[in-house]
Amino acid sequence: MIYRLPLTGIVSITHRMTGVILAMGLIIYVASFFIILQGNDSYLQLQTMLDYTIIRIGIWFFIYALFFHLCHGIRHLIWDVGQGFEKDDMDRNAIIELALSLVLTLIFY
Amino acid sequence: MVEFALPKNSKLQKGKEFSAPKNAARVKRFEVYRWNPDTGENPRIDIFHIDLDSCGPMILDAVLKIKNEIDATLAFRRSCREGVCGSCAMNVNGKNTLVCTKAIEEYEGTIKIFPLPHMDVIKDLVADMTNFYAQYASIKPWIETQTAAPDRERLQSKEERKKLDGLYECVLCACCSTSCPSYWWNSDKYLGPAVLLQAARWLEDSRDENAGERLDELEDPYKLYRCHTIMSCTDTCPKGLNPAKAIADIKKLMAVRQQG
Repeated sequence: MIYRLPLTGIVSITHRMTGVILAMGLIIYVASFFIILQGNDSYLQLQTMLDYTIIRIGIWFFIYALFFHLCHGIRHLIWDVGQGFEKDDMDRNAIIELALSLVLTLIFY
Repeated sequence: MVEFALPKNSKLQKGKEFSAPKNAARVKRFEVYRWNPDTGENPRIDIFHIDLDSCGPMILDAVLKIKNEIDATLAFRRSCREGVCGSCAMNVNGKNTLVCTKAIEEYEGTIKIFPLPHMDVIKDLVADMTNFYAQYASIKPWIETQTAAPDRERLQSKEERKKLDGLYECVLCACCSTSCPSYWWNSDKYLGPAVLLQAARWLEDSRDENAGERLDELEDPYKLYRCHTIMSCTDTCPKGLNPAKAIADIKKLMAVRQQG
């Protein structure tokens, strides 16, 4: 690609990708409820599976995606009322939402 | 539609290399996109080493020097050389700009010059603007009235005129539209930031009496609402305008109108 996207552009495509991750993650989340409903054995199996490092990393990634999507979503709401379009603030606001989503994930931890 | 890989006949190849004169002290390397429709060859990147001591300060000066002194077959558009005609819009190091208002000094290392992204190329750095201009015409960029013509000019107060600041300065260079991913994928249906900024300019004009009809025309999932506030347009505009804000203002007018 010839074009070098500005930070707002990168944040924008990340918003879309995290949206896809959240939609797919939600299906897995609901599927896990069905597994629990299968009874005691399957609940224990699910527990051991959730302890795998790779799965844990995946869950934290999902949580970060959730908070990032939330932060950028709030920025979209601010844009929708016609605010926050100043050129000088664009990068600053993008960094704020990236930092805030990280902080929220850590608080959640 | 979305295409992630370049088609075979668009793959870039290595082109010719032109070195600077031996006694040159300050040499700058320029990589320039070249494509000739008549040869049937793939596009190529030519490399020009230019002596900055015998070249003007702007990127356009370098491009003109290439055409005048090194390779006369290079095709590009330029006219005013001071940022008011909008002809010399190109992609320089990944960002669209008017090359006449960009100083060579602003860039470190190699300067890569490409035509405006995602437009059909006519030759070298000349993009096909047919669709862009047709879209501009489609928003009726002139005053439309319903009342009878007055005996004299239709006047504006200073406040009313002020509303056009930040909108009327656009020179339709298409830097913003061709920086917009939504426009890359849907330029057949989405109007793009430049044309929507002009739509806002006529919606804001106190003398225009067809705001309702204009909004009717724009009320479309593609024409207006393909804008996803990516903000590339505002980031790249060489005139410092804010198309993203203008589009948001149109969306707001639309929402207010739906409230009744």
